[in-house]
Amino acid sequence: MRFVLIALLFLLSACEQQQAVVPAEGEAAKPVHGDTFIEASIGEPNNLLPVLSSDSASSDINRLVYNGLIRYDKNLQLEGELAESWEISEDQLTITFHLRKNVTWHDGAPFTSADVLFTYQMYINPDVPTSYAEDFLQVARAEAPDPYTFRVTYKKPYAPALESWGTAIHPKHLLENEVNSKTITKSPLARSPIGTGPYTFFKWDAGEKVELLANPDYFEGQPYIHRVVYRVIPDTSTQFLELQSGGLDFMGLTPIQFKTQTDTPAFAGNFSKYRYLSFSYTYLGYNLTKPLFQDQRVRQAITYAINKQELIDGVLLGLGQAATGPYKPDTWVYNGKVKRYAFDPGKSRALLAEAGWTDSDGDGILDRGGDKLAFTIVTNQGNDLRSKTAEIIQRRLKEVGIVVEIRVVEWATFLKEFIFTGNFDATILGWSGGPEPDQYNIWHSSKTAPRELNFVKFKNQEVDDLLEKGRRTFDRAERKQIYDRFQEILAEEQPYTFLYVGEALPAVAKRFRGIEPSPAGITYNFIKWWVPKSEQKYAR
Amino acid sequence: MLVYLAKRLIMMIPLLIGITLISFVVIHLAPGEPTDMQTDLNPKSSVEMRDRLRQQYNLDKPLHVQYGLWLKQIATLDFGESFAQDHRPVLDKISERMPITIFINVLSIVVILAVAVPIGILSAVRRNSMFDRGTTIFVFLGFAMPSFWLALLLMDYFGVRLGLFPVAGLKSIGYDYMSPAQQLWDMARHLIMPVFVSAFGGLAGFSRYMRSNMLEVIRQDYILTARAKGLSERVVIYKHALRNALLPVITILGLSVPGLIGGSVIFETIFAIPGMGKLFYDGVMMRDYPLIMGILVIGAVLTLVGNLLADISYAMADPRIRKG
Repeated sequence: MRFVLIALLFLLSACEQQQAVVPAEGEAAKPVHGDTFIEASIGEPNNLLPVLSSDSASSDINRLVYNGLIRYDKNLQLEGELAESWEISEDQLTITFHLRKNVTWHDGAPFTSADVLFTYQMYINPDVPTSYAEDFLQVARAEAPDPYTFRVTYKKPYAPALESWGTAIHPKHLLENEVNSKTITKSPLARSPIGTGPYTFFKWDAGEKVELLANPDYFEGQPYIHRVVYRVIPDTSTQFLELQSGGLDFMGLTPIQFKTQTDTPAFAGNFSKYRYLSFSYTYLGYNLTKPLFQDQRVRQAITYAINKQELIDGVLLGLGQAATGPYKPDTWVYNGKVKRYAFDPGKSRALLAEAGWTDSDGDGILDRGGDKLAFTIVTNQGNDLRSKTAEIIQRRLKEVGIVVEIRVVEWATFLKEFIFTGNFDATILGWSGGPEPDQYNIWHSSKTAPRELNFVKFKNQEVDDLLEKGRRTFDRAERKQIYDRFQEILAEEQPYTFLYVGEALPAVAKRFRGIEPSPAGITYNFIKWWVPKSEQKYAR
Repeated sequence: MLVYLAKRLIMMIPLLIGITLISFVVIHLAPGEPTDMQTDLNPKSSVEMRDRLRQQYNLDKPLHVQYGLWLKQIATLDFGESFAQDHRPVLDKISERMPITIFINVLSIVVILAVAVPIGILSAVRRNSMFDRGTTIFVFLGFAMPSFWLALLLMDYFGVRLGLFPVAGLKSIGYDYMSPAQQLWDMARHLIMPVFVSAFGGLAGFSRYMRSNMLEVIRQDYILTARAKGLSERVVIYKHALRNALLPVITILGLSVPGLIGGSVIFETIFAIPGMGKLFYDGVMMRDYPLIMGILVIGAVLTLVGNLLADISYAMADPRIRKG
């Protein structure tokens, strides 16, 4: 589902603008067309057919080329995109979308409900190798009664359903034959996409860059910025140098770049920096099948022994907030009243003593019945923040008498040999999410099979019931109650120690106007960004 | 000679099959599969979907069956389709990366030869002089310096501070609107730093090799004879000694043929150059088996051909080998 990835990068909230953009005099009022916006990705996009791709570079581009039926607006409320409006039936099983008229594909063909129906059928087609069928498999029946109406009926009420229709709608007339002949992976659209979105595909230089041009016929009006270029620059240090030399107009900074390497007058003169909490958090997860971690007091004691603020200051240089549960602190679903564990080594030792762990031989390490209190934290290679976090936790736990070893393992090996086989004590990992609060796949007790996401094997009947009820409930107030209770249980039981929520730290070239930070971040209104004529850098 | 050639060529076939078999097994020994990268830890992906993907890629079959299928395919020169999400033919992916990699490597070998050969000769002739010591330090500095570090320093100084050269990439954004002369100049500006960095690291090997060859040749009796004849030192060194000292360079050049397509991950990553090194590295990280095997097969063939060519041209250049 596209939104998960987009959320990770762009739907960010609680904006705080670092430097106010001062518009040049006389030019402030009237946006003009022109100029080029250049950003970079560390990997080459895989595939520009959204149904087949799952990498962030592809989704960034597809976001501008394709549309969904609905999207999140700047306040993270769902609004229509290709759908003008929608209705949910009394029994909450059927959603009826009324589509926009006069929308055309980039090749001029009209967009109709047949395209939507086709997209749905393609996602659930077993011959189409997509990783995103799950949401659509909940659908019992889909139909297109007329060219501008699309109706979908679910087996059971399914609240995340609405969000799932933010999925890119694919052109039926260009893909139908490929799907029927099982050659969807050979479609030319994978390398030169045709959508309904604000930008049309222009060209792709393999390994170098992808270029998009403003769509003059876009149904919300032609975007002001004429051209968008995605450059492939695999190294982030190189990206940062390119940004400084003017070769890039946009980059997500690291905390250290944000804090110490961009405070020069030259940088401030050319770029605006923004910061807001990202839809992701980092946690220390305990393998609940290990006897040591089956004792809730031990898990709570470890949380008491960890200083979350110290992690935020040390690892994120202060650019983040303590996490108390799986939701971001500034969303409607977040419960701020759950039990908090202020840093308190004394309480930690007391809880451990209560669980039978004391330092009986005086060597500074707690023991019980001859066993030392020791465990291993495993995390993946290539994420510097996680290994630093592990080291700080290691030192803090040593202070209360727990021996921690750290293993950092290459990603594929990490998943295969440790996480999915249950062959680990504790792990530092992160989840990213979006505005939709459904957490069924991560916390429900039915999702504990090998390779499923509840790999800490958390099992709690009340949580199971809440999660099931939560995804069947559409009313926000009711959902709030359900997820509030869910967060209370997680906070009490501490199956994870929720560590911190990081911030997104984008820098944008100053010549771009019209940027309005909002709970959704800054790029939600990209098609309204513009550059005054006198500051435009690229003539073509 | 022809019999020798035919023997060498026939010997290459079992060797190649052996190489592919070992590579195939080793790659599959590494934990993780291409499907894992697409579905693991993805909250919207289910176990059934993963199994579906595995079936489509034949990953559910035993290893020897998979190898058989692959071998059958490769026998018709079909390298198959990449497992990456772009599903493109492996040959397409390789052929769009190959030219730039070969181009940069040839340039850097030319630069290395142009600089290292004179350095080698002069330091041999003036053994233990200031020049010899100075260049030794210089070339080993290049050898020892991590290329990514040097690259970042150059990019920061020449790219950001002086604004002389572009930081990374191969072409400017406006490349398509330039005249051919401007395009050439644009490419050249982009290539100066990458070629310098990759050549700098290779100087040490070649120049030291050249130096020791030269030292050995200078001690030979025929050099003594040449000097005794009263030839000028210039003619002695550049005519009689140099020719003989250059002979072994042929071998090295032959051995560097597979290196031409190899590329380097670090260097390509830093300069954002879409080359073979990065392609291979990404392939390994994604466990993209067809792509990995494709590159390995081409590399193996080139290594074998390079060796053969080196042996043949050596025999042609040196009568002692041809007749002995």
